[in-house]
Amino acid sequence: MVDWALIAESWPLYINGLKVSLILMAISVSASFLLSVPLAIARVSPNPLLSKPVFLYTYVIRGTPLLVQLYMIYFGLAQFEWLRESAAWPLFRNAWFCAWLAFALNSTAYTTEILAGALRQTPSGELEAARSLGLSTFSIYRRILLPSAMRRALPQYGNELVMVMHATSIASAVTIVELTRTARDVYYNNLAPLEAFGLVAVFYFVITFTLVGLVKLLEGRFLKHLRPKSADPKPA
Amino acid sequence: MTEPKTQPMTELMTEAAMESSSARAGAEPATKLQAEDLCKRFGAVDVLKGVSLSARAGEVIAMIGSSGSGKSTILRCLNLLEKPHAGRIIVGGEELRLMPGKGGELEAQDPAQLQRIRARLAMVFQQFNLWAHMTALQNVVEAPIRVLGLSRAEATERAERYLARVGVSHRKDAYPAHMSGGEQQRVAIARALAMEPEVMLFDEPTSALDPELVGEVLRVMRSLAEEGRTMLVVTHEMGFAREVANRVIFLHRGVIEEEGAPAEILAQPRSERLRSFLSSSLK
Repeated sequence: MVDWALIAESWPLYINGLKVSLILMAISVSASFLLSVPLAIARVSPNPLLSKPVFLYTYVIRGTPLLVQLYMIYFGLAQFEWLRESAAWPLFRNAWFCAWLAFALNSTAYTTEILAGALRQTPSGELEAARSLGLSTFSIYRRILLPSAMRRALPQYGNELVMVMHATSIASAVTIVELTRTARDVYYNNLAPLEAFGLVAVFYFVITFTLVGLVKLLEGRFLKHLRPKSADPKPA
Repeated sequence: MTEPKTQPMTELMTEAAMESSSARAGAEPATKLQAEDLCKRFGAVDVLKGVSLSARAGEVIAMIGSSGSGKSTILRCLNLLEKPHAGRIIVGGEELRLMPGKGGELEAQDPAQLQRIRARLAMVFQQFNLWAHMTALQNVVEAPIRVLGLSRAEATERAERYLARVGVSHRKDAYPAHMSGGEQQRVAIARALAMEPEVMLFDEPTSALDPELVGEVLRVMRSLAEEGRTMLVVTHEMGFAREVANRVIFLHRGVIEEEGAPAEILAQPRSERLRSFLSSSLK
């Protein structure tokens, strides 16, 4: 049967792991969001000098597993002597920094593609209207292209957030004690797989559906203009 | 699909009367817009073969012609949505400085000047082209704030005035997708009006509308013409050309085939082409 006492006893460990997972996710997606906006703009640029390098970046990152990327950053880079002797070494020696870097770079690639796709879907007439009224290129991006693309990208971006959340479990591979690592430790110490992994599954489940719910709220707020006409009061 | 029949004409007329005096005061109206020898190719096809036109203050010019005659391309060249291969464009006495770009098309030398000139030539499109993520009011305040530098309060006041002017104030918080085509086009006209442009360019403004919605847009355009606005209208509405325009330009294969007062050229077309165009587009 389920050992409720064990669950109660290890609860504080899980809460701690939850905090670590959430912080890791938050710093990763904030960085990837900030990076992916300019990269997505470059990705849809007609200038190949801008779009090709971004394409190459997202192609390579999306073509390799996140765990491999994390290993390359955490273990692989340590082989280079010049890095070990450089001022950046304290950073690359740090598991948190490496995990953050790997997750941010990985999520940036996916987020860039999502946003670039949404930018390409902008109706050309909306752009012509903006140009014809004398809006500057900067204003067109800031007021028309990005707000409309980000709204369109929101449902897909919600999926990306969930993927990053689940991906934080990979940080357990580089000594970070987040949720999954906590569960594994509890399992090793008590040999109670059902309690240890069942509880962590519940944690992930709750976080995931909280995220999904938050994105739905955002969609309700920002995608009003795409919903079919609701019961609109008809003037008599 | 009951379309609210707003448009109290009396309200439109009184406002029109109030605003019209200044535009018509001068004895010799100034030239607001001038285009000389516009040429445009799409690939190997010459769409415009040296078209010149000018519009004086208060003039309403209707451009007619069969599809492919180049009439929309002219409008789109005037504000450089389409880059002409040759020609000059002068708006309110200021010449748009052009230089040859790659591919042989002309480009603006100075993007800031192009933006300034575009702001003086507000355009209304066949497909409305409202910004879908913004409400009607947000659509109308955007360019006055960003381009003309109005404060939000000033722009909102101005936007509400023009939305009322075209009879859609009751829809100011609606998104474009939730409005009828006629309402969307009237919001688009308000968006152009809010720039208080020197010349308004209309690119087949009623062609995408259901027949029963055409009237409400034409009524607004007629009242704008009556208050003395300078308008260049590409249209298939012969009734509008005949009754509202001061001048009709008939385009055929990229050249101006015939031009004159509507009463003359629509009633007694000199060229065979205009005659056959008119007989095929009898409404």
